[in-house]
Amino acid sequence: MTSLALTRESIARVRPGPAVAAVLIALFLLLFLVVPVVQVIFVAFQDKTTGAFTLINFADFFRNDLFMRSFWNSFYVSAMSVVVASALALPLAYLTTRFEFRGAVLIQSLGIIPLIMPPFIGAVAMQLLFGRNGTVNLLLRDHFGISIPFMEGLNGVIFVQSIHYFPFILINLSASLKNIDRAMEESAQNLGCHGFRLFRRIVFPLAMPGYVAGASLVFIKVFDDLGTPLLLNVNDMLAPQAYLRISSIGIADPMGYVISVVLIVCSLLALWVSALAMKGKDYATVQRGGGGLARRRMKPLELVAAYAVVLLILVLVLAPHIGLTLLSFATIWSFSPFPDAFTMKHYGTVFLESGQYITNTLLYASLAALLDVVIGTAIAYLVLRSKLPGRQWLDYIAMAALAVPGVVLGIGYLRSFYDVPMPFTGQPLSGFWLILVFALAIRRLPYALRACTAALQQVSNSLEEAAENLGATKLRTISRVVVPLMSGGILAGFVTSFATAAVELSATIMLVHSQSDAPLAYGLYVYMQSAAGRGPGAALGVFAVVIVGLGTYLSHVIIERGRRERGQDH
Amino acid sequence: MSRTLHGVAAALAVMLASSTAAFAQDPSGKLVVVTSFPKDLTSAFQQAFQKAYPKVTLEVLNRNTNAGVKYLQETASNNGTDLFWASAPDAFEVLKGANLLQAYKPKVEGIPEKVGAYPINDPEGMYAGFAASGYGIMWNSRYMKANELPAPKEWSDLAKPVYYDHVAISAPSRSGTTHLTIETILQGEGWEKGWRTNKEIAGNYRTITERSFGVPDGVNSGSFGIGIVIDFFALSSQASGFPVEFVYPTVTTIVPANIGIVKNAPNKAAAETFVDFILSPQGQEVLLQPAIRRLPVNPATYAKAPADYPNPFKDTSLGSQVNFDVEVSQARYNVVDALFDQLITFQLDGLKAATRAIHQADAALAKKPNDKGKALLAEARDLVAAMPVTAQEAADPQLAGAFTVERKSATDAVPERQAQVEQKWAAFAKDNYAAARKKAEEALALAR
Repeated sequence: MTSLALTRESIARVRPGPAVAAVLIALFLLLFLVVPVVQVIFVAFQDKTTGAFTLINFADFFRNDLFMRSFWNSFYVSAMSVVVASALALPLAYLTTRFEFRGAVLIQSLGIIPLIMPPFIGAVAMQLLFGRNGTVNLLLRDHFGISIPFMEGLNGVIFVQSIHYFPFILINLSASLKNIDRAMEESAQNLGCHGFRLFRRIVFPLAMPGYVAGASLVFIKVFDDLGTPLLLNVNDMLAPQAYLRISSIGIADPMGYVISVVLIVCSLLALWVSALAMKGKDYATVQRGGGGLARRRMKPLELVAAYAVVLLILVLVLAPHIGLTLLSFATIWSFSPFPDAFTMKHYGTVFLESGQYITNTLLYASLAALLDVVIGTAIAYLVLRSKLPGRQWLDYIAMAALAVPGVVLGIGYLRSFYDVPMPFTGQPLSGFWLILVFALAIRRLPYALRACTAALQQVSNSLEEAAENLGATKLRTISRVVVPLMSGGILAGFVTSFATAAVELSATIMLVHSQSDAPLAYGLYVYMQSAAGRGPGAALGVFAVVIVGLGTYLSHVIIERGRRERGQDH
Repeated sequence: MSRTLHGVAAALAVMLASSTAAFAQDPSGKLVVVTSFPKDLTSAFQQAFQKAYPKVTLEVLNRNTNAGVKYLQETASNNGTDLFWASAPDAFEVLKGANLLQAYKPKVEGIPEKVGAYPINDPEGMYAGFAASGYGIMWNSRYMKANELPAPKEWSDLAKPVYYDHVAISAPSRSGTTHLTIETILQGEGWEKGWRTNKEIAGNYRTITERSFGVPDGVNSGSFGIGIVIDFFALSSQASGFPVEFVYPTVTTIVPANIGIVKNAPNKAAAETFVDFILSPQGQEVLLQPAIRRLPVNPATYAKAPADYPNPFKDTSLGSQVNFDVEVSQARYNVVDALFDQLITFQLDGLKAATRAIHQADAALAKKPNDKGKALLAEARDLVAAMPVTAQEAADPQLAGAFTVERKSATDAVPERQAQVEQKWAAFAKDNYAAARKKAEEALALAR
């Protein structure tokens, strides 16, 4: 774990490559993130009557009880969500990477599914299961005369958000755990360290980059998320306040944009704090054992306990999707523990009407995710390995995208690209479907970026230096040594970006210019506007989940196989 | 594009428009409609229209009303939309104010001037009503049975203690039609009394949803029992098989849902044909389909409706109780929304706590009367009902100025900033609700 300061200097000799890459990425971020957003949020700094620059709107923000209450609620909910999400993710990650565990890949894949909570319908399913008159509480009331307020107020938000976003921790932590050098653990064991102490003192600290990456994502995402609180009708939180302000007719006051600015600043602060926590530590390991940590075989009793824990967590985190599946087969489900009867007809409806949505979604989400991991890897490399001045800013700006409300980005894109005609056709550029892909890529870039950064933090410099000493060019070193070593993290980034882009709604809804270009989230939105659309909406949601889930499983299988093959070469 | 080219293009457009007008019987091309209506409604009209005019390709873009308005505003410079098709008349007012609509007088005969007390068409012809809807009360019968609740009939029923924590509504600032319901109560009962009623009902709210469909959705699932909704949400839920029922209270407004041609519509001829089509007997009949269930504006269509179908042109009690004054409503539009949000939506916990205490004290005093307790209770009720602004102040352009979009000229007096005004109102409500709760608790103590 010794940091080789001297050789790091030698890498930093100025080469044109990194600089060119940095400029290209900066241009991309400028064009598709900074310019559109600034086009919208400059209102926050404008005096409404004179149009002059002012900070009075920010003073109003801090003087307003509602906004301050919203601010603290958001903070509380985000912090609690990190705690609950960690409690869900730690056992799953630890058990599946540390022990010989049948079905580890399946569990890892299932663990990602909560991220794919289709808009609207996810909240309906949760209410039907855990709401005041949901399955659980109706059964409890009938049999025991009690009810549990899972979904009341802020509790509901914490509950749903932890389930929804805990995969960020699971994915990043698992990737980190797998990358730990087996020698570290063995040395500790040789020195007499075992059991929980081994985990607490050696394994977990070494996996810290992954955990911090995941936890900071959960925090920021919950802080900035507006969908869940809005659908649970909790509006005294910051992101819903911004959204309500921005999207209400007739009220075009600056406060919505002021809140957006506050959100962006808070997200960057959270990021900065998490970077501080990691500062001055070196997590890189030189040796790559086959499959990372040694997997221990469990005693039968331990095995039963482990399976019970895993099963319990899986049932809890997959509850929305179980509800969704029930809903997609239900005729009528109203104030009863289970649907009145079951039918296949919703799937028939969706099959006839929505094929286009599904192909569009696959195309957009995979292109966006691909773009994300390419840019994410590049930024991670530039930040961690180059000495370019201001390279941190690429990271900060890209992460700021997390805090930009989708509506703001959508309106910004319309403002920036609507008047630009497309070559040849003369159609507005904002109507071109690739613009939608860029919007999705920008929105999901932070996920990929954090995953890639965590992965690169665990790759030792000396491996690159070794390759270069043996005569490999920089590009070859990156493509043959660095990227393969980061593959777990890159995959994690791809999967999170892809899965979440597939169900993104808020920017999409502003940018869809024709039905034939519309993605699945738009189709869901259309269905969920009417009583008759609930069943088909749920069926479409199930399609989304299955497709993304299968994609995730396949990529895990491929990566695991590659890893095993490489492992055998050692 | 240079100025002269613009001129040429404009001249060409005029020529093109006049030539297409001459052959208006046979429109063709792509027709882009931005709408907030559910798929059930749009696809039914789409099918009927394309059958009648096979040469027109109808492209339907779904946006919620607010996003639709924003979309049209942002894309106006290079407009690609022909029609805007949505419920809330106020959304059309916003578009009209921004000069984004184009006048058109439908050719269809036999459409009356008013439905209930509300004018069907915009006086300047910028948009036309094509279906009427009224607000009412919807409930889930399974929920009501399990909680042993009686069926409500009037708005004032919803203020009864028995419905505490069972009612839901969408915020008027989020839903143009809810806004009209609140405004109807205000105009029907007067400013002070109307707000009192609104707040007494609000004390029984379980939740205030962010989108209009959230209310029928919650009633359908049984997350809450009673919802204040627009009729077609309830009627179409019923038609989909949900165990829900619906009633129109006496004081309700029947409002038209509208369609308007967007300024510089790329396919104006087809747009006009579409407007005429949905107003024609053929188009109006589509509204009677079970999954749509809206009230046609063409009185002749009711002959084909099922027996118990509400008919605002025959049933005079429907929507005619209140003579709805559009100008009064317009003048205080944003102020009413902001008042509701600041006094009710964002202070719901405080309001509910006060209401709970009042209900308890009231029940106790009924059993064991006590004059001092009664007086305290009346004070508590007045505290809840108190308003930070009078009807005159609410209509004052100075106050409304704090909420408007347009930048005033430099000579205008600078109004207070919206955030300042809101903070003042919120503080007022918070203190009053806390004081009311205290008074009610004192009254309860006296009745023990």
